[in-house]
Amino acid sequence: MSGHVSPKTTYYAIFGALMVLTAITVTIAFINLGPLNFPVALGIAILKATLVILFFMHVKYSSQLTKLICGTAFFFLFVLFGLTLSDYLSRGWFVAPGGTAAAGTRVTIGPPAPIAEPAGQTESDTEPQTAPER
Amino acid sequence: MWIFLVTEVMFFGGLLMAYLLYRVWYPLAWSEGSLELDIRLGGFNTVVLIGSSLTMALAVRSAQTGAQKATVRWLLLTMALGLTFLVVKFFEYREKYLLHHIPGPNFQFEGPEAAHVQIFLSLYFGLTGLHALHMVVGFCVLAVITWMAHRRRFSPEWYTPVELSGLYWHFVDIVWIFLFPLLYLVDRAHHLS
Repeated sequence: MSGHVSPKTTYYAIFGALMVLTAITVTIAFINLGPLNFPVALGIAILKATLVILFFMHVKYSSQLTKLICGTAFFFLFVLFGLTLSDYLSRGWFVAPGGTAAAGTRVTIGPPAPIAEPAGQTESDTEPQTAPER
Repeated sequence: MWIFLVTEVMFFGGLLMAYLLYRVWYPLAWSEGSLELDIRLGGFNTVVLIGSSLTMALAVRSAQTGAQKATVRWLLLTMALGLTFLVVKFFEYREKYLLHHIPGPNFQFEGPEAAHVQIFLSLYFGLTGLHALHMVVGFCVLAVITWMAHRRRFSPEWYTPVELSGLYWHFVDIVWIFLFPLLYLVDRAHHLS
């Protein structure tokens, strides 16, 4: 096999770009952008990962099949994140009459009701009174 | 190899999904937890790991062009950088151990969010621990490849093992590219103002 041979300068340039992006993302971590911090950091990480995949892993010069398989990984990752978050993030957006917004997010199941013992439990007023007598 | 990497993406994807959900639920704990991580050590390790990806790419290139001695040299440099990463990681873990920040019965943390910070640190150890395990595996693979390169097993016609171990090494690098901002960076700023 003899794949595409990239010039060394390409690798050094990509490495330089990755270093610059790292410096940017670390700098931004010390600036409060409110809700924007997360998408900005994630966007830079995706950009860095794309550079590594395209040039270090040679996907840019690979066959269509390799590209497809590589894309499959991120497609299913997107399905996993997308479907799960679209469920959890949208809970509580709409509350049906008589319903509760917290119903699905945290279900608390209490301890089971104490089983009434027939003898010596006179203080329990929940003891079944309709036990059939023999 | 690519199919294997796809399964690896989903393997880490599950843990990242857990990270995202708990982050949505406990943003305050995430903010406090990420302040506990040393951004200098994490940043240093990021540079080291991306550097090792560069040397790995150059090793593959040397194998492609038939420069056998250069291949061995670049592979050894890659292993050295990988080892540096693991040593730094060891000291990060050691600090957590000394501070009793390892989740479990001996976990100690001051503050109202302590219970949820424990969840953050559990995910931190789960994600970085699995990543470090991949690094150890990659290191062992590279040791074998380096030995084979030293024995002149590869040529421009056949260098598949070098290329495949390179793919694996770059994948581990990509995982860290996501872990570093997610664990060390994103929620830090919200504590500043």
